Amino acid sequence: MINFHQVHKAYRVGGHDIPALQPSDLQIARGEVFGIIGHSGAGKSTLLRLINRLEEPSGGRIQIDGEDVTALDAAGLRRFRQRVGMIFQHFNLLSSKTVAANVALPLKLAGVLSRSAMEARVAELLARVGLSEHANKYPAQLSGGQKQRVGIARALATEPKILLCDEATSALDPQTTASVLQLLAQINRELNLTIVLITHEMDVIRRVCDRVAVMDAGVIVESGAVADVFLHPQHATTKRFVLEAEQVDEDERHDDFAHVQGCILRLTFQGQATYAPLLGTVARETGVDYSILAGRIDHIKDTPYGQLTLALTGGDLEAALARFTAADVHMEVLR
Amino acid sequence: MDALLTSLLPNVDWLEIWQASLDTLSMLGGSLLFTTVLGLPLGVLLFLTSPRQMFEQKTFYGFLSLLVNILRSVPFVILLIVMIPFTVLVTGTSLGVAGAIPPLVVGATPFFARLVETALREVDRGIIEATQAMGATTRQIVVNALLPEALPGIFAAVTVTAITLVSYTAMSGLIGGGGLGDLAVRYGYQRYQPDVMLVTVVLLLVLVQILQTAGDKLVVHFSRK
Repeated sequence: MINFHQVHKAYRVGGHDIPALQPSDLQIARGEVFGIIGHSGAGKSTLLRLINRLEEPSGGRIQIDGEDVTALDAAGLRRFRQRVGMIFQHFNLLSSKTVAANVALPLKLAGVLSRSAMEARVAELLARVGLSEHANKYPAQLSGGQKQRVGIARALATEPKILLCDEATSALDPQTTASVLQLLAQINRELNLTIVLITHEMDVIRRVCDRVAVMDAGVIVESGAVADVFLHPQHATTKRFVLEAEQVDEDERHDDFAHVQGCILRLTFQGQATYAPLLGTVARETGVDYSILAGRIDHIKDTPYGQLTLALTGGDLEAALARFTAADVHMEVLR
Repeated sequence: MDALLTSLLPNVDWLEIWQASLDTLSMLGGSLLFTTVLGLPLGVLLFLTSPRQMFEQKTFYGFLSLLVNILRSVPFVILLIVMIPFTVLVTGTSLGVAGAIPPLVVGATPFFARLVETALREVDRGIIEATQAMGATTRQIVVNALLPEALPGIFAAVTVTAITLVSYTAMSGLIGGGGLGDLAVRYGYQRYQPDVMLVTVVLLLVLVQILQTAGDKLVVHFSRK
């Protein structure tokens, strides 16, 4: 659906080129929710804006649906942008227009629908985001979550194939974030919409994304299925994000285990294995004692996962490790 | 009542005051109309070509900006006199209401255009970006997003400009422009009739008050923030 071939971007500031994105390749499939995570200044915002050419690439090729969007002329670019919706951290609604008029704006600009067809479409969109009764209010009268819902309705107005989300939940409280993410997941399913979102919160990635790319200093340092990246982070930046998500300080994590006896290992379960009674079975059969040092059982999008840090003492340690290795879990021996 | 007024304000010819008030209102109305019609596009042009905006044009903006600054730095009294040949060319006379309007417009348009530019700059960049992302042309962005969002600011600019024009109309009395300012100068100052001066100043004050109040009401009415 979206293909980046060696796309790069540099800003010219005072006669110097400041690179924002190093030459990068990226493939995003139709119908998936693709997350880009990075700290501020990592280049994720630039990457997102290259997709609808709010930023012009300094080089490379961007293909969307087989079409080379880097080659589009001004008129072609405007038509292309009508097929790509976008929502923003600060919503960017027009304060001078009602909710209904905000949602109608892309339709009005495209100028293809009659007035009555436009009204019907706006009503349908507001119903989808649950704001039908607020149609005649002004954005200033709405809460943050409601404003973002207006933003989503507006972005969907021209029936785009792609939705770009620029830190769409970063200005919202956790509860509102959850409901907006739920709405995004729902429209992704129901409309088979390809969603590309950028965020600095691993939790957002974990809740809605299928795949993720991790960015650091203008480079995509790691990418893949969310579960793989999340549970087995390779790059230092990714590891930091995962720790942030678990709200553990790196120092704390290791210090805690210094005085613990025995063999320390980390087991990662995914899917149905999460609910299998593996630990008890192995303990009973091999005679090892286990204590749980840290643990988390949660979901990545719809997939359950568990991650346990254990200390094993006594019994037949070799046999226990062999059992874990053979089972449907990922095992790392930490000490 | 009449007797009281006559004794308190012996030199005031109310018919003349009435005529002068009408002249001031026509000068104000006419010049405000032309100032708005010319200054709004000029302000939009200044904004669009200014640095980091949609049509960034360093040289053009620099030239336009300089022109505006030159016109703004010429004292209005000087402009009134320098403009006389041009005014005669345009309106056929340099006197009366018709003769006053061209210098008023030339004096106020650059001022108004700068205020419009500032009002447009107040519009959140994110709103422009969002409209661009919808595939809008620059014209559509100006008409559908920039102007509606800047409307309260533009009304405030019109109000400030209208009040500035009131004081300019008073100055145009110097070159025979007519109106309340003219009366104040000719009767109040030159013939030393303080009662005429007082009446004209009070009437100008009332006019300014009305303009400011109406302007403020419009600004509030169109503010949705």
